[in-house]
Amino acid sequence: MSDIADRVKKIVVEHLGVEEDKVVDKASFIDDLGADSLDTVELVMAFEEEFGIEIPDDAADTIQTVGDAVKFISEAS
Amino acid sequence: MFDLTGKCALVTGASGGIGAAIARALHGAGASVGLSGTRVEPLEALAGNLGERAHVLPCNLGDKDAVEALPKEAIAAMGSLDILVNNAGITRDQLFMRMSDDDWLDVLNVNLTSAMRLCRGSVRPMMKARWGRIVNVGSVVGSTGNPGQVNYAAAKAGLTGMTKSIAQEVATRGITANVVAPGFIATPMTEKLTDEQKAAINGQIPTGRMGTPEEIAAAVLYLASPEAGYVTGATLHVNGGMAMI
Repeated sequence: MSDIADRVKKIVVEHLGVEEDKVVDKASFIDDLGADSLDTVELVMAFEEEFGIEIPDDAADTIQTVGDAVKFISEAS
Repeated sequence: MFDLTGKCALVTGASGGIGAAIARALHGAGASVGLSGTRVEPLEALAGNLGERAHVLPCNLGDKDAVEALPKEAIAAMGSLDILVNNAGITRDQLFMRMSDDDWLDVLNVNLTSAMRLCRGSVRPMMKARWGRIVNVGSVVGSTGNPGQVNYAAAKAGLTGMTKSIAQEVATRGITANVVAPGFIATPMTEKLTDEQKAAINGQIPTGRMGTPEEIAAAVLYLASPEAGYVTGATLHVNGGMAMI
């Protein structure tokens, strides 16, 4: 779990260029981390690649925060 | 200027006159080229002619699964996909009163829907690379209309709206999307016209002649180049002045 969380946070930090301490579970990609809608699509793509999973579009819509992503990926992988 | 060394380009309709010229121009500028089309023989001949950095990628654009696989095949063959040229097109000319649903759907499917699918499949690697060039080959009739080409004109006009929308979505990622809109171009297709028909056509063109495939290819090469990074959502008309729009 923590391994997944670390890898998710690393991707978010790299992709959005935000400070690591801002990437907390409750942080919303759009509201707190300054992502636009295209960024969220790219993040999902990056998660898919990193974890070798498929994230369907309707599931991707539910991934709004860092915690959402960690939870979804933990359950999927 | 216009150096494409290290870039990988997928060109559809590369077995045709304009597509082959586009592939030659991009290849000549240093790009690797993926030559797509339905007729394998002319593609193989073109690839043989170009030598290194040319890959034959046959695809029936009417086949959804084949179209969706094509960008992946291009990446497998070339290593990346930086430039997409949607050049392939078909015509099913018919007076509108007689146009069947199949005439309409076939043209829309190949000329517009397959282009959309290839754009969608190509944008992903381009977004990752933070660089990409989409050049969709439209037509002057997409702007002016043309009797007997209700389906074709609709598809080409649709291509323009699609390209402008894509351009807006991906602009921040270093990807441009533009249209090159040819007028009358001398190809094996226009060779079939009679001298009277050709004279009538040339009479409507200020330059007094049809364009060459190479003149279309030059426009595509420009839009595919690093130098055209600030040009996006544009339609570059290459029509000898036939329609000044």
